[in-house]
Amino acid sequence: MYNELRDYMIALFANNTRKDGRKLLDYRKPIKVEYDISPKSAEGSARVTIGKTEVIAGVKMEVGKPFPDTPNQGVLIVSAELVPLASPEFESGPPDIQAIELSRVVDRGLRESKAIDLDKLCVKEGEKVWIIFVDIYPINDSGNLFDAASLAAIAALKNAKMPKYDAKEDKIVYGEATNKKLPLNKTPISCTISKIGNYILVDPSYEEERVCDARLTVTSEKGVINAMQKGGPNSLSHEDIMKMVDISLEKAKELEKAL
Amino acid sequence: MKYEKRFSNRKFDELREMDAKVGIIERADGSAMFKIGKTIAIAAVYGPRQLHPAFLRNPQRGILRCNYNMMSFSGSGDRVKPGPSRRSREISMVIENALMPVLDLSDFPNAVIDVFIELIQTDAGTRCAGITAAAMALADSGLTMKDLVSAVSVGKVGDKIVVDLDKEEEDFEGGATDIPIAMTPRTGKITLLQLDGEISKEELDKALKASRDACNKIYGLQKKALKEKYGDKNV
Amino acid sequence: MEKSKLLVEERQIVVPGDILAEGMDYLPEQGTFREDDKIIASNVGMVSIKGRLIKLIALNGKYIPRTGDVVIGRITNVATMNWLVDIGYAYEAGLSLKEATSDYIPRGEDLTQFYDFGENIMTKVITVSRAKMIDLTMKGPGLRKLKGGRIIGITPSKVPRIIGREGSMVNMIKDATNTQIIIGQNGKIWIHSDDPLNELKAEEAIKFVDNNCHKDGLTEEVKKFLEKK
Repeated sequence: MYNELRDYMIALFANNTRKDGRKLLDYRKPIKVEYDISPKSAEGSARVTIGKTEVIAGVKMEVGKPFPDTPNQGVLIVSAELVPLASPEFESGPPDIQAIELSRVVDRGLRESKAIDLDKLCVKEGEKVWIIFVDIYPINDSGNLFDAASLAAIAALKNAKMPKYDAKEDKIVYGEATNKKLPLNKTPISCTISKIGNYILVDPSYEEERVCDARLTVTSEKGVINAMQKGGPNSLSHEDIMKMVDISLEKAKELEKAL
Repeated sequence: MKYEKRFSNRKFDELREMDAKVGIIERADGSAMFKIGKTIAIAAVYGPRQLHPAFLRNPQRGILRCNYNMMSFSGSGDRVKPGPSRRSREISMVIENALMPVLDLSDFPNAVIDVFIELIQTDAGTRCAGITAAAMALADSGLTMKDLVSAVSVGKVGDKIVVDLDKEEEDFEGGATDIPIAMTPRTGKITLLQLDGEISKEELDKALKASRDACNKIYGLQKKALKEKYGDKNV
Repeated sequence: MEKSKLLVEERQIVVPGDILAEGMDYLPEQGTFREDDKIIASNVGMVSIKGRLIKLIALNGKYIPRTGDVVIGRITNVATMNWLVDIGYAYEAGLSLKEATSDYIPRGEDLTQFYDFGENIMTKVITVSRAKMIDLTMKGPGLRKLKGGRIIGITPSKVPRIIGREGSMVNMIKDATNTQIIIGQNGKIWIHSDDPLNELKAEEAIKFVDNNCHKDGLTEEVKKFLEKK
């Protein structure tokens, strides 16, 4: 169905141009991060735009039971809801596989990089720890939700302040934030690279996503790779992957500047 | 109980600070944002498009389908569990009924106009903000409409009739009556009316009168936002 | 009786509910309606006044099929006796065997040899039923398969602007970019150039007109755009 579009794009790539005028290795501009966009209710929040793609993330905190195997560590729960507001392709209903993949990829990036110092989120060992919810909402999907969502999540965490916890009543006093920031040690950055035909390009638009053969999302932190996810119906060679990783580590520096 | 001065220091007929923007979601057929005080609502319109499941189709005209949702971090305290609640489903329905009277969907039999409303932050007046944003989004999408729909909450806080209650007023310990209203400003005809609290007939009449003025102010802002999308500075 | 009053001017941008004129002298056309003695806008659009007739050029909106429209469609389904065609409406239009070709087609013949999945056609709307079931025909001057090329989309109400007076706008774009351009009334546009960069420029120029239709001096702006680079 999209053959003519794909063929045309490949003809453009031969000229190092994409349909929206970018070069193959250009991210869309502007890349904007806005903090504290829901200050009244969220413990932390942020809005990220990469070109026209827009994602909002919010952090809510609760105090609850830790996981049995990590009795003195806080709990991180990342979820993404592909609300139908953001694209004609999203439907109402429980998270579909696309939403689940997005949540889990963002989660892996945060978890494996140990971005949040979960040890500092213990309230009472074995009984009470902080539970950090990061909820991600695309507002407009013009392509590359992975990178926009990851950036929004880390920005919301960066913005987050611990709320006041009344240990006696075992209650959070929402609306009374402390000045204590969420213990965020690292800022892992995700970069998504696509392969269409023989061409490798960064930050796919939604039209490019439709015709792409394979994509690789690499989440890294200061040159160390923490998470990867390959998607798409076709294969990547070892060479492809090393090339994509190189590009992504380079581009991560650019994205980190936006924070 | 007497309510001498509003918590926000506003006059009793004064609305909170508002902002509106149209065309904010590229993938949508129509979209808008409306902010009133701390309540922020965004709306997107998709359609006319195919309606599934097929048994919902009306062969004589298109149907309007609204979905109101609060983002998990938008509530006043605890995290809001994702997914529809009884409250959000009722709000979706009353929003649909608030917008239907201005639409003529006879050109789109069997099809659906989907309206999605998300709340980014809430401080009372959420369904009204949703309707106000949705009306702009519907107009933005190019649909034929008899008029826009403007909505605001009026009510009684303590002993005073007020316009645009915030959450603090809704929770006033001396009692508050919340009356969300939507209307087509040109004619003043009311398309959404709900009430919860305690109020006399005379007070209700006063509140309804106050709502017309308030809705006209919102109407002006909606029109401005729609025209600004096209760079029209003469509004 | 009160004298009629025009409350807006040519090319002014109005929104649903705006009062355009008062009095019975003016007549409401497309995009407007009469309520008592007032003429009111029913869409977001640009005012266009011709004598006593007031209409709006809608600035957005999806394609609403009307009989006689010559449109560009894509074959989405091939059945035993007909094809389904996407012409940009919520539901697909139908192209029957009878209307597809004058050839005799024996029963059970593979219809994809005539029109296959994903092929683009220049076709005409012959019937729009009350439930908006749409029938198409390929019989008529200019109606044919569009081989190669790509389809892009613009707001249907802006098609006249893309064409321009006697084709002036589209011809300017065609010449400057060496690109073939065929425009359907449904806002679908077929473009093709041997040079993909030229084709991209043509597409950008068309999108530019779509987005700036309401601005004054559009032709000049498009000219400048085409001369750039």
